[in-house]
Amino acid sequence: MILDVAGLHKSFGDLEVLKGIDLKVAERELVFVIGPSGSGKSTLLRCCNRLEEPTSGSIRVEGVDIMAPGVDINAVRRRIGMVFQSFNLYPHLNALGNVTLALRKVLKKAKAEADDIGMRALVRVGLGDKAKAYPNELSGGQQQRVAIARALALEPSIMLFDEPTSALDPELVGGVLAVMRQMRESGMTMVVVSHEMRFARGAADRVVFMDQGRVLEEGPPEKIFNEPEHARIKEFIASLNG
Amino acid sequence: METLITAFFNLGILRETAPYLWAGFKMSALLTLVVVPLGIAGGLAVALIARTAFRPLRWLVVFYVDFFRAFPPLVLLMFIAFGLPFTGLDLPAFVSVALAFFLNTSSYYGEIFRAGIESIPRGQFEAARSTGLGAAQTMAYVIVPQATRNVIPDLISNTLEVVKLTSIASVVALPELLYAARQAQSITYNATPIIAAGIIYLVCLWPLVRLLSRFEHRQIALH
Amino acid sequence: MGKFAQTFLNWEVMAQYAPKILEGFWVTVQLALAVVIAGIATGLVLALARSFRVKALNLLIVAFVDVLRAVPPLVLIIILYFALPTVGVRMSGFVSTWLALSAILASFAEEIFWAGMLAVPHGQWEAARSTGLSFLQAMRFVVLPQAVRITIPPLTNRTIAITKGTALGAVVAVGEILYQAQSAYSFSYNPSPLTLGAVAYLILFIPVVWFGRWVETRFAWKR
Repeated sequence: MILDVAGLHKSFGDLEVLKGIDLKVAERELVFVIGPSGSGKSTLLRCCNRLEEPTSGSIRVEGVDIMAPGVDINAVRRRIGMVFQSFNLYPHLNALGNVTLALRKVLKKAKAEADDIGMRALVRVGLGDKAKAYPNELSGGQQQRVAIARALALEPSIMLFDEPTSALDPELVGGVLAVMRQMRESGMTMVVVSHEMRFARGAADRVVFMDQGRVLEEGPPEKIFNEPEHARIKEFIASLNG
Repeated sequence: METLITAFFNLGILRETAPYLWAGFKMSALLTLVVVPLGIAGGLAVALIARTAFRPLRWLVVFYVDFFRAFPPLVLLMFIAFGLPFTGLDLPAFVSVALAFFLNTSSYYGEIFRAGIESIPRGQFEAARSTGLGAAQTMAYVIVPQATRNVIPDLISNTLEVVKLTSIASVVALPELLYAARQAQSITYNATPIIAAGIIYLVCLWPLVRLLSRFEHRQIALH
Repeated sequence: MGKFAQTFLNWEVMAQYAPKILEGFWVTVQLALAVVIAGIATGLVLALARSFRVKALNLLIVAFVDVLRAVPPLVLIIILYFALPTVGVRMSGFVSTWLALSAILASFAEEIFWAGMLAVPHGQWEAARSTGLSFLQAMRFVVLPQAVRITIPPLTNRTIAITKGTALGAVVAVGEILYQAQSAYSFSYNPSPLTLGAVAYLILFIPVVWFGRWVETRFAWKR
């Protein structure tokens, strides 16, 4: 197991957002998390690298308990790539600078080596020619691909995607999904929170449906999309297609 | 602790010198009430002249603003208070101070209004003119009201600085709060009046500082 | 006109006191630089300390900032120079002026830096931390560079305004430009040294004001 979440709870004050989540993700697996807004999908992802501090439960990444006291959370985080809905590129650095910052400051690589790795990551997402461009000179889709390259360059063992295409204009979504598909083909382990159902059907190994802080049902995409056990899921999927 | 109280917070001394301080406080308040409106009016004039089509006049205004922004206010004040009498123009201290403040603060207020007017989109001018308002009317009824609202935090911030700046009038012997406090100190050989003056400024201006700090955080956060 | 020149531009008097004014010029430059360095560095440290969000510490910082924003610089200088000696703390006019102006600049700079840090979206922190950067690394390489950029225009203007306050040192006998000009004026009983002093300030601060204008356009933030 690359990622093993067990009995995860998270509360914000009185509000319990996650009510005991179990999730296992195997190597080279692509797990797709869907569910209505407010179901806790994003919080689940953000707990997996402790951007949110879980209230209770355990999270293991490559067998390491990341909740253990004394764990080097920064070392763990660089093994977990994360892509945000709002890209969060650093506006004061160009594309290459965005990709190489952690290479240089966390992995302590020399500038030349970091630039080399960064360039290869940018080429992988199809933006080798935009290395010198600043975020405000890139389209939303290009910014998100740079953000993916920023995570990829650290050679994570798993990538988390938090609604990576929902802030994009429709015509820019395809480019980002193409990059994600290509990552899957090269064997990256991924957890994706998204509403791109077509992508889920084609690329996911497993779909997890979350509702009100719990996993309602999980299974292969054909099952979840075509014959779910819960009527709630059918409604949800119908509402997205409607 | 005992010494500190006797030296800085001496109630006997404070009681004795309170009438001085009160007179000084009233003078500071009066000075503020004169120089702030004058400065604001001057600043608005500067900002409006800076937009005229007549180029030399525009340059003159830019020069005026930069010139007086480069001048430390105290230097300007001394120049006016000590220099002007040589031309035969012997102004009372209050008038010298008001003149120096007018020149200095109208430049700062002018920059603020200029930025405010520039923040108004062209469409506002066009809409106003399209309804038949003249240039002056457009400015007066459409542009300036909006511009002023946009720069209220800056106006308050500058006004706070102007009020604090009135303390330099003590240097040319205008009997405002700081001057009164220093007189009181030299008579009593005790620093309590100066500390009291500091506390009076603090108490009067602190609400303004709080207000501004709130404005500023919001303003930059919205940036 | 001849009389005017005789009075305000008396070459003889000017030539005689020019070396003194030049001496004052260097003192002003030193004082100004010392204020800028100490004030901005302290302001940055305070803002960083505030980012750890320790309640008691933050309360202290806010209190420090508020007091220094509410009390006029001249009042502070006079308290340091004339009031503190009565409890046995003595410092030179230069040190009093430096300390007062640096503390004031620090308080403004803290507010500006802090507002700048708040202005950097939370997602920037998250992105940085998600790639394994530590809190301090995220601060140093991601948040601060953006905060500094947002803060440079207001900080530059505030710094210019406060460094002009070095002229206040004249009141506590700091041998800077104004002090030299004023004493030359009282020796010669001719205002030409004041003119010379005014020119010295313009030479020093006009470029600084222009620099401030340039910074404002250069750093106009585009996203």
